[in-house]
Amino acid sequence: MTESLGLSPSQTAGPYLSIGLLRDVITPHVVDPADPRAIRIRGTLLDGAGAPVPDGMIETWQANAAGRYNHPVDDRAEPALEEGFLGLGRSGTVDAGRFEIVTVKPGAVPWPDGGMQAPHLEVGVFARGLLKHAVTRLYFPDEEEANAADPVLSRLGEAARSTLVAVAEDGGLRFDIRLQGPGHTTFFAV
Amino acid sequence: MPVEQRPFAEVIDAEREGPDPPFDYHDYVGTRLRAPKEPLVIIPSTLTEVTGPAYGESAIGPLDNDLTRQHRGQPLGERIVVSGRVLGQDGRPLPGQLVEVWQANAAGRYLHAVDTHDAPLDPNFSGAGRCLTDDDGWYRFTTVKPGSYPWKNHHNAWRPNHIHFSLFGRAFTERLVTQMYFPGDPLFEYDPIFNSIRDEQARERLISRFDLELTEPEWALGYRWDIVLGGRDATPLEEPHHD
Repeated sequence: MTESLGLSPSQTAGPYLSIGLLRDVITPHVVDPADPRAIRIRGTLLDGAGAPVPDGMIETWQANAAGRYNHPVDDRAEPALEEGFLGLGRSGTVDAGRFEIVTVKPGAVPWPDGGMQAPHLEVGVFARGLLKHAVTRLYFPDEEEANAADPVLSRLGEAARSTLVAVAEDGGLRFDIRLQGPGHTTFFAV
Repeated sequence: MPVEQRPFAEVIDAEREGPDPPFDYHDYVGTRLRAPKEPLVIIPSTLTEVTGPAYGESAIGPLDNDLTRQHRGQPLGERIVVSGRVLGQDGRPLPGQLVEVWQANAAGRYLHAVDTHDAPLDPNFSGAGRCLTDDDGWYRFTTVKPGSYPWKNHHNAWRPNHIHFSLFGRAFTERLVTQMYFPGDPLFEYDPIFNSIRDEQARERLISRFDLELTEPEWALGYRWDIVLGGRDATPLEEPHHD
């Protein structure tokens, strides 16, 4: 690399992100809710006082059910891509901080040094008061064995780890995100 | 609470160096109950982080990048063209990038239920646009210059004129939501959001410049703003692993 331009820095999405970002193209439905594999993930975005954050947004990024990313860098021959599956979900938190994503559980994906990562969603959190987005991960409660072997989860203490594993509830999953304070969600530098 | 293991042998402070503002910036009151306070946990870039979504032409309507033609009449205000290139850090253009924007109207009012600023709404302006960058990384919007508005962060607090931008980049690590500003704004020195970026050169990278070549005679002033996307982390990471 002979030239290295300075990155454009981040600024908060502010309180009115819904005008530009919560429109028709990118939706909470990563898959059709009628898909028999569909899982409903519900949660609430909470601030340090435990109050809901009603002007935020959650984005999720994931591999398909077989563990393949729809992206040129994931150039493995197997597992296969799935027609019509992109892997991005986006939900506002307008309804009293609550968000909802409808998706499928992704397959396991490789870890850089070999081995596999447990199925997970990468989660971005955007809101007024966040000068840059916060990044976390959602893991699945019915993957105990894979979670125990996961290179990220297995190196965290129990309190930090427990904030990343969704809870089975009402036939779907619950995943609350606490920005700060007791029980705060573990956030990553990626 | 149990003692936490130190993950990956090191953690970095949320106030790490880099072009981005810190989470915790006291002068911006909104950060106080929302900024993550604990050190971020570093994870290497795995396939999850080096991939990300890409959108095709089908996602975009023909008038989505012209905010002055989304209603029956024309919006009030100073008509402008905002255009520039989306680049990687190596200077290479990033084609096919979804660029999403939103902004206040010329009077400084957002079309949003939460915005109670006593300035008029404009029935001919919604303030949202989007486009895909072309083969050379160019984006282009036609809009009106957004007004300043008070925001109650502190006594007599007013935001500099700005347009919100959102981009995905080539990977999840390149995701960027930011704001574009206009040259010579007298409010810069008073604005905690702008000044939350501690590096002056990085701050200035968010200021567009007037461009006579983009300016359309008898029609609209032109502003040029290039956007540079890359990994956000200041710590060097291994090359992306492809298998």
